[in-house]
Amino acid sequence: MARTMWDSSVGKKTVMAVSGVIMLLYLVAHVIGNLKIFFGAEEFNRYGHWLRTVGEPFMHYEWTLWLVRIVLLVAVVAHATSAYQLSRRDIKARPSKYVHKKPRASYATRTMRWGGVILGLFIVWHVLDLTTGTVHPGGFQEGHPYQNVVDTFSTWYGNVVYIAAMLALGLHIRHGFWSAAQTLGVGSRTRDRALKTIANVLALLLTAGFIAVPVGVMTGVVS
Amino acid sequence: MKLTLRVWRQKNADAEGAMSTYEVDDISPDMSFLEMLDVLNEQLILSGEEPVAFDHDCREGICGACSLVINGDAHGPERTTTCQLHMRSFQDGDTIDIEPWRASAFPVIKDLVVDRSAFDRIIQAGGYITAPTGSAPEAHATPVPKADADFAFEHAECIGCGACVAACPNGAAMLFTSAKVNHLNVLPQGAPERETRVLDMVAQMDAEGFGGCTLTGECATACPKGIPLMSITSMNKEWLRATRKAGKR
Ligand code: HEM
Ligand code: SF4
Ligand code: FES
Repeated sequence: MARTMWDSSVGKKTVMAVSGVIMLLYLVAHVIGNLKIFFGAEEFNRYGHWLRTVGEPFMHYEWTLWLVRIVLLVAVVAHATSAYQLSRRDIKARPSKYVHKKPRASYATRTMRWGGVILGLFIVWHVLDLTTGTVHPGGFQEGHPYQNVVDTFSTWYGNVVYIAAMLALGLHIRHGFWSAAQTLGVGSRTRDRALKTIANVLALLLTAGFIAVPVGVMTGVVS
Repeated sequence: MKLTLRVWRQKNADAEGAMSTYEVDDISPDMSFLEMLDVLNEQLILSGEEPVAFDHDCREGICGACSLVINGDAHGPERTTTCQLHMRSFQDGDTIDIEPWRASAFPVIKDLVVDRSAFDRIIQAGGYITAPTGSAPEAHATPVPKADADFAFEHAECIGCGACVAACPNGAAMLFTSAKVNHLNVLPQGAPERETRVLDMVAQMDAEGFGGCTLTGECATACPKGIPLMSITSMNKEWLRATRKAGKR
C-alpha cells in the first residue's frame, strides 16, 4: 500500500495533504503558545519550560518535545519531497506554453510553489535563530525564550523575514487547507462554502496571531 | 465581419511550428467558428496554400472531436464546444489567436490536430462494465436511486474532448478521468470493477504523462459539459477507498 501511495500522483498528493494538515495542527498550537508572550517574561519562560516536561513522569524530560520535533521533521520532509516531485511532473506535462497568455487562477493558488519554498527557507532560519541559537542576534540564552524573541525582533531583518514569511503562510494555508479537503475526498458541494470559510479564517488568525509578536516588540508592548 | 487570424501551423509531429497570420472577410456573425475556418481553408486552397488541419466531426457539440484554444481559452470565450461557438461572440476587426491543445500527453500531429489516444487508453484501463451482451435488459431489473442516477448522468455527459487537459496549467487529465470513474462507480452495473477501475484508470493516466491536480479549477471552467471540479474530489475519495481495500487483501 505504501508503494501504491508514493507511486501514484493521487497518492503522493495525499502524502502532501496529510503532512500539510499535521503542520497546520502544530501551527495552531504554536500560535496559542506564542501569544503568552503578552503576559510577561515569567509566564512565557515558564511555558517554555513546561514544553520540556510534558508527559512526566511517564515521559522523561524533553521526550515529548523530541517526539513532536521528529513528527514535524518527517512531515516537512514528506511535504517538500512530494511537492517537489509532483511539481516536476506537472511542469513536464505542459512543456510548451500558449502564445496567447491569460492570467490564471487566484493569487494564493499561483504562489503555492514559491510560497512553499519561502516557508521552507523560513523554517530553517527560524530553527537556527530561536531553537539552536546558531544565527541568533545578541547572546542566545537557553531557557530564556522571552529575551531571545525580543532580541530577534529588535533587528530590522528579523521583523522583515518573519512578517514576509507569515504573509506567505497565510496565502499557503488559504489554498492549502481547502485543497487538502479535496485531495482527501472530504470536500463536497454542500460543504464547500464552510471549507473555504474555515480556510480563510485559519489563514487570517494564524497570520495575525504570529505577526502580533514582532509588532508587539516593535511597538514596545513586549520588551 | 473582417477578421485577422493568427493560427498555429506545424507541418507534422517533428516539425517546429509557428503562428501564421491570415485575413478573412465577409464572415457572417451566424457562422460557427468552424465554418469560419472552412472559409479560410477555401481561400487557402484557391491561392494554392496548404489548408489548416483541425479536428471536427459532429459539429453539434456531442462527439468531442473539435479542439481549439481560441484567444487562450479552450473552446473559446463561451462555455461550449468550438463547433457550437458562433462568430457573434467576436467583433468586426478582431484579431483571433488559434492554437492546438497543449500537453505532452497530447502531441501535435499537424497544425491544430493533436493525438488524444491517451484518453482511449485510460478508458481501456477501466472505463467499461462487465455485462452480458445480447438483448437489452429489462429497465427495472436493476433499481438505481434517483440521486445516484443524476450523479452518474452528470458525469456521463463528458464527451472526452480534452479541453480540461488543455486548460490545466499542469496538463492534468483529472477531470476527464474522474468523470469516467464517477459515472460508472456510482451505478450497480459498475460495482464489480469499482476498485480496479479507479486504480487502473489513475495508473494509466499517470503512465501517459499527464500532470497532477493543484486544484486551480481551470479544467471545470473550460469544460463544455459543465463537469464540476468536485468530481475530482469524488474520484480521490474512490481512489483512497480502493487503495485501503487493496491493502487489506
Ligand atoms: C508551515 C508549513 C506548511 C504548511 C502548514 C503547509 C500546508 C499545506 C497544505 C495543507 C497543503 C494542501 C495539500 C493539498 O493540496 O492537498 C499544501 C500544499 C502545498 N505545499 Fe505546503 N505547507 C507548509 C509548508 C510548505 C513548504 C515548506 C513547501 C515547499 C517546500 C510547501 C509546498 C507546497 C506545495 C507546492 C503545495 C501544493 C499546492 C498546490 O495545490 O498547488 N509547503 N501545503
Ligand atoms: S471533462 Fe469536460 S473538458 Fe474534460 S474531456 Fe470531458 S467534456 Fe471535455
Ligand atoms: S465537432 Fe463534435 S463536439 Fe464539436
